[in-house]
Amino acid sequence: MSVRSGLLALLAEGEKYGAQLRTEFEARTGGTWPLNVGQVYTTLDRLARDGLVETAGAPDAEGRIAYRLTPAGHTELGTWWSTPVDRSSTPRDELAIKLALAVTAPDVDVQRVVQTQRTATLRHLHDLTRLKREALPPPPGAAQARAAVDAVTRLGALAEPRGAGDNGLAWLLVLENLIFATEAEARWLDHVETMLARRTATPASGPTASTTTHATEPSTTANRTESRHEPAVVSTNPGGEHS
Amino acid sequence: MSTTPHVVLSDVTRVHGSGETAVTALAGVSLEIFPGELVAVMGPSGSGKSTLLNVAGGLDRPTSGTVSIGGDTLTDLGPRDLAKLRRRRMGFVFQDYNLIPSLTAAENVALPLELDGTRARAARRQARHTLDLMNLMELSDRYPDQMSGGQQQRVAIARALVGSRRFVLADEPTGALDSHTGEEVLRVLRDRCDEGVAGLLVTHEARHAAWADRVVFLRDGVVVDTTGHRESPEDLLAANEAAR
Repeated sequence: MSVRSGLLALLAEGEKYGAQLRTEFEARTGGTWPLNVGQVYTTLDRLARDGLVETAGAPDAEGRIAYRLTPAGHTELGTWWSTPVDRSSTPRDELAIKLALAVTAPDVDVQRVVQTQRTATLRHLHDLTRLKREALPPPPGAAQARAAVDAVTRLGALAEPRGAGDNGLAWLLVLENLIFATEAEARWLDHVETMLARRTATPASGPTASTTTHATEPSTTANRTESRHEPAVVSTNPGGEHS
Repeated sequence: MSTTPHVVLSDVTRVHGSGETAVTALAGVSLEIFPGELVAVMGPSGSGKSTLLNVAGGLDRPTSGTVSIGGDTLTDLGPRDLAKLRRRRMGFVFQDYNLIPSLTAAENVALPLELDGTRARAARRQARHTLDLMNLMELSDRYPDQMSGGQQQRVAIARALVGSRRFVLADEPTGALDSHTGEEVLRVLRDRCDEGVAGLLVTHEARHAAWADRVVFLRDGVVVDTTGHRESPEDLLAANEAAR
């Protein structure tokens, strides 16, 4: 993708200068993917080489050159909008690799690795949620309005383009994307922990073990699970059955 | 945020049963919650989350250790004083809202005050004030079956915090709500805490725990980790850019 297709999308709205493309790309993706001007011009050069954009006349008085889409560029952009993003090539995920190695490596406290990661993941989720809360349109009410004012004060100019309108929505969508991904990681870590606990709780099942303990194994597991519960909690909690 | 904690749990242990069948639900948990702070508790089933909430809210007594709310040690109080403190100083929010179906939102919110001896008219006035504060006035004359789940839960939070209560305990308050509505409810809870209330939230949803200032992880009745937080969101942006 991405920078390339992003610039095509912006140019479909009309002629733009390089610096202008950079500013708009960042504003409309919530500043999550900052570009440098060099990246923008390199990409524009490549797009021009491929016949997808062209310069729109001579440089202006300040020496700036405007770019516009060619018909081929319009076609390319249409293809991008209508084609799903390719998810089949799985990127290497350091965390997945780390845990895969941890469960098979001797002398590694996997539970600790999981917990340390989850704490970091939750902290990240907390920070993202805080940004989201500040980006949400303030409903009527003093507290929310003040939170929005605080956010603008603290983030300074950075917060301003995110305040309202389409750019505000774009920023929220990007934030939600990061939040969903981080939440998925936290849930996966919970899942890993549960799997590890079950693996530890289940007796080793060699050929002999599986034939001799087959009948009793489920009840043994059930007993162990039950012993982790808090029977008295339910009776003292008028509101719910969660432990 | 105040420098004196509103809620203090010191080395709290809770053992259910005795002898060979004894189950240790909490094993030496210490926790402080400051005014204006929302603390989330996470952990697998059976880790002691609800026991912690019940002990902090005076619904259950610790086997050892102490719990104090606003300077009063719950473990020193007799049943009558403990009940009074619970009525006046804290409120509970449950997964299934627990509103009385035959009462309007305002009447539900007024109920804890009336039970504590406030005259009906004064209680109703305070209830409306609390609903107004939380932008829920439009719901005040509705009955629970005329409200959505999210609206009922917001009214339940108002009920938990009506009057002078400064400590709210919430046990999976978003458990029965869809993700978006759950977040709206948390936003209300968060706003209350920003106004100075101390909050304790039990949840298994990371997305919802992220609304808290701190997350405490419990496993087998022990606090295994706690998240702090960065000073400001700008640090997060800086960290993102540095990682690029």
